[in-house]
Amino acid sequence: MFRFIGYRLLQAIPVMLIIITGTFFMQRFVPGGPFTAEKAVTPEVLRNLNAYYHLDDPLWKQYRDYLWDLCPKAFHPGALTQGLDLKQAFGIDFRPSFKYPNRTVNEIIADKLPVSLELGFYSLLIALAVGLPLGVLAAVRRNTWIDYLCSSLAMTGICVPTFVLGPILVLLLAIHAGWFNASGWYSPIDRILPSLTLGSVYAAYIARLSRGGLLEIMSQDFIRTARAKGATETRVIFKHALRGGLLPVVSFLGPAIAGILTGSFVIETIFQIPGLGREFVNSAFNRDYTLVLGTVILYAALIVGMNLVVDVVQVWLNPKLKFE
Amino acid sequence: MLSAGFALAGGCARHGDGAGADGRPLQVLRIGNGAEPQDLDPEAITGVPELNIILSLFDSLVGADPHDLHPIPGLAESWDISNDRLVYTFHLRSNLHWSDGNPITAGEFVKSYQRTLTPAFASEVSYKLWCVVGAEDYNHGMLTDFSKVGFKALDDRTLQVTLRQRIPFLLKILATDDVWDPLPVKVLARYGPLDRKDTGWTKAGRLVGSGAFMLKEWTPDQKIVVVRNPYYWDAARVKLDAIEFYPVVDASTEERMFRTGQLDITSQLPSTKIDVYKREHPEELRLEPYLGVYFYRCNVTRPPLNDARIRRALALAVDRERLVGDVVKGGEQPAYAVSYPNDGGYTPRARLTGGVAEARRLLAEAGFPGGKGMPPIELLYNTFKEHQDIGEAIQAMWLENLGVRVTLRNEDWKVYLDSQHTHNFQLERAGWIADYMDPHVFLEIWVTANGNNDTLWSDPEYDRLLRSSLDADTEEARYEIYQKLDSILVEECPVIPIYYYTSFYTVNPRVQGWWPTLLNIHPYKFVHLDRT
Amino acid sequence: MSAAPQAVPPQQEQPERGRSPWADAWRRLRRNRLALFGGIVVATMLVLCLVGPFFSQSYEDQNLDLGAAPPSVAHWLGTDTLGRDLFARILFGGRISILVGLVATLVALVIGVSYGAIAGFAGGKTDAVMMRIVDILYALPFAIFVILLMVFFGRNIFLLFVAIGAVEWLTMARIVRGQALSVKHMEFIEAARALGYGRRRIIFRHIIPNLLGPIIVYTTLTIPAVMLLEAFLSFLGLGVQPPMSSWGVLIKDGADKMEEFWWLLVFPGSVFSLTLFSLNFLGDGLRDALDVRAAKD
Repeated sequence: MFRFIGYRLLQAIPVMLIIITGTFFMQRFVPGGPFTAEKAVTPEVLRNLNAYYHLDDPLWKQYRDYLWDLCPKAFHPGALTQGLDLKQAFGIDFRPSFKYPNRTVNEIIADKLPVSLELGFYSLLIALAVGLPLGVLAAVRRNTWIDYLCSSLAMTGICVPTFVLGPILVLLLAIHAGWFNASGWYSPIDRILPSLTLGSVYAAYIARLSRGGLLEIMSQDFIRTARAKGATETRVIFKHALRGGLLPVVSFLGPAIAGILTGSFVIETIFQIPGLGREFVNSAFNRDYTLVLGTVILYAALIVGMNLVVDVVQVWLNPKLKFE
Repeated sequence: MLSAGFALAGGCARHGDGAGADGRPLQVLRIGNGAEPQDLDPEAITGVPELNIILSLFDSLVGADPHDLHPIPGLAESWDISNDRLVYTFHLRSNLHWSDGNPITAGEFVKSYQRTLTPAFASEVSYKLWCVVGAEDYNHGMLTDFSKVGFKALDDRTLQVTLRQRIPFLLKILATDDVWDPLPVKVLARYGPLDRKDTGWTKAGRLVGSGAFMLKEWTPDQKIVVVRNPYYWDAARVKLDAIEFYPVVDASTEERMFRTGQLDITSQLPSTKIDVYKREHPEELRLEPYLGVYFYRCNVTRPPLNDARIRRALALAVDRERLVGDVVKGGEQPAYAVSYPNDGGYTPRARLTGGVAEARRLLAEAGFPGGKGMPPIELLYNTFKEHQDIGEAIQAMWLENLGVRVTLRNEDWKVYLDSQHTHNFQLERAGWIADYMDPHVFLEIWVTANGNNDTLWSDPEYDRLLRSSLDADTEEARYEIYQKLDSILVEECPVIPIYYYTSFYTVNPRVQGWWPTLLNIHPYKFVHLDRT
Repeated sequence: MSAAPQAVPPQQEQPERGRSPWADAWRRLRRNRLALFGGIVVATMLVLCLVGPFFSQSYEDQNLDLGAAPPSVAHWLGTDTLGRDLFARILFGGRISILVGLVATLVALVIGVSYGAIAGFAGGKTDAVMMRIVDILYALPFAIFVILLMVFFGRNIFLLFVAIGAVEWLTMARIVRGQALSVKHMEFIEAARALGYGRRRIIFRHIIPNLLGPIIVYTTLTIPAVMLLEAFLSFLGLGVQPPMSSWGVLIKDGADKMEEFWWLLVFPGSVFSLTLFSLNFLGDGLRDALDVRAAKD
């Protein structure tokens, strides 16, 4: 298994490189730049700006300089405990943001990533706590009213988009009932409504996928054998069926966790949460080159990491699989 | 029981006014401020959310009256203007201090302006200082000796500014434009070279300013807190203890925060809520004229818009009353001319007259009676619900009134701006918010080489008249020239004015001293919270 | 289990008629009442949106005096803020949403399933390279990609399918690949291999049919996601241009105004949800019907 993980980490290097290169060059071909503004910048000022940010260097040179800044040049992992400063810890410099010239992308990520991680964690907890039981119940009581009820509940998570569910929850629970703040991320209570909203979508996916996966497994021969051998239904489900049944859920969870951890643009806008999700979208809209690259690299690292975890878990779930 | 617990915890965040040292309850004003500020350096930024906060942290030479923003003494207690109107001598007060206690001297003003104009610093607002002798050349790197630029500190308390041409409304600009604010350059130098933007000197705990408040906390995308500055020259007048700025972008979210008492003042209001507030909470609703114009830009090089008659026909066929009353609903004024009414005492006399009948006549005269044979025109707008609604309504109006087909094209903000600056459009939705309160601000855009013109319309007579307005002897004479300019614009229609902006937002009735002003600027030292 | 053998006159013994798996599936589907109901609703929605617009009011005629009005005799589902009939807009919008939903999902399905099945079955280096490509495409910024597409190819509706399909096939591929990995070790695949069947035949005729379960489930989850993604893309300027609309855009608009004009959210939202619920139950029924391992009873 460790050789497998090692190989995958090795593969991660060219993957990240391609992602960084692709994003770097893709951005430059899009109309509009960081300084495109409604009150037009005069050509002379634009020249000064381009000089300041080295945007007048040839593109390959900018690329090379950026890659060099990105390269890990130090190794002080202890610095991570004092705040998520990647520059201190590993010498990875994402450079200052274009839109927020007095802040570096490192700082922005250090400020916002913990918030997104927290929101993602609670949402995931809710998604699993609600979605898994719903899905298992629906599969076990297939084609009964329990199945229909659970499946319907799950479908509402998908059919009621977050930008509808969020404001409804706020209207009902914050404004009319007065139980919560309308928005913000100040006290622990503020975590509840956003996590509920974000978790609902993922709960729906998890419920549906686990139901489907379980049904696949439960019709297989080895389940019939187990039952014939006299195992109780609970044992059949939890000891035999769940491992295989959760396979599609696990495959889905890899990229889903990466997505949920980097926050959601809609949730953060509705609930005014200082997370990374908004920066993902806004940085692209603002043509903030360095922030786009910073968020993309972060997301890519998460994707690669989570997919690796998922692949390892898949082998563990299905004993017939081997690490290839 | 559980809900009581929630309510308590939730309530704590809402009414966060604690008590001051003398037991008197703290006056904390909570303002919804739109986008997260890009930076708080007055020499580097341009946006409204930034300026709202900078207003509390930095003072200017010239202040603005809270009722109508006319120039009042600020850091300068008096000023002299030379006979040729080119030299302004400002006499600074004697008791000026930065928020770290050090005295403010005229020399620091000069050093601040030098920083703004330094080419390597690449300030986006440096052009605002180009009216001063030598400033533009210095900013382009053609002049390297700053002593030749028209900023001089005659002594510690006297600042002299020499203009390269007369600007009759300079004091109005100084009252509302923050690029003229001095910065404590010695403090800035502690954190890095003066010509770098990323020294982080504007962080809480570092930023030092001359304003009524000091920066206490800056949590990005959460809130910015400024507290009373004890060294401020006018500190006795300041009643607020602190101001909290909340960067809420979504209007619906902000409105909900206002409803639950998290905010005292919002920056905007969803337009569908205007009627609701009018009915149920009129005392909280503010509908105030805002110095900006909503218009459609024509690319006059693209047929059929190269024919002024067609442009005029389109302009006349818009039912502005209907639009403002039924679609936009913010109490906006329909615009039949480019200049803003009652701006610095100027109201344009020119008007688009004749209505739909005249529009049809013009269209027929241009060769497309009833719209027959007219190629479809494309209207570009940046993605935003209001622009889409207005576009759709006008699209229907033009079809019904003139038989002209219009297709809509929306682009995201940057792509839209890029299309505008590269003239890749036929008709484009646009807005222009004034930087200062003088009619010059809306008329100077349409000069031939102006970077914000983008219509490719050029009229040498217009250019000449505008230049001559700066040399007018009296304001009356100057305004007469502007009347001529407005006539030209109404005749030629390089742009189609639609309506004059209003600001609509909500204010908690306990806020006092927040008077309606055309630029929506509210000097905080005149604001306080009513405790009753 | 046969009953005790009895003497049966030879003429009365009927030979058992063989049935193809598809006929089997259809029979099972017909018996699933909920799935049938779902199918009927979906079909009705399709017909309504296809044919309805020819008989309904205009979706673009404005009535600024009226503005947003609640349901009435003249406007069954009310009007929007520009006074346009909501029922008509939902019908026309349905055309767009259903078209986008089906086509884009089909694109994602075809690409994702083939890609994932091939990767899973091939294993080893091929699988690694294919999945790393998926990782890369996942991480590249979507908004920028779409804007680039519009720069190079203009803005037609075909591009909409490409953009959406380009994103949705990735997760499908991952899930299918995961399933394929486990299926390929099953005995019947080994049997097929032993029988000498070529790789392509094994993948497309043996493995994929066994993956139909998760594929169908994920497809029913993809369609709503696609419809909502279309609303996001219209923000970028791709997709339908006003005055035309789509369910996603109508719902977004309704969500902003839900307190003042509830009908603007409730009706498009209900239609959207009803269609997807039905699709969902239909999908479940399909999954059950096509389950190759279900007992033949």
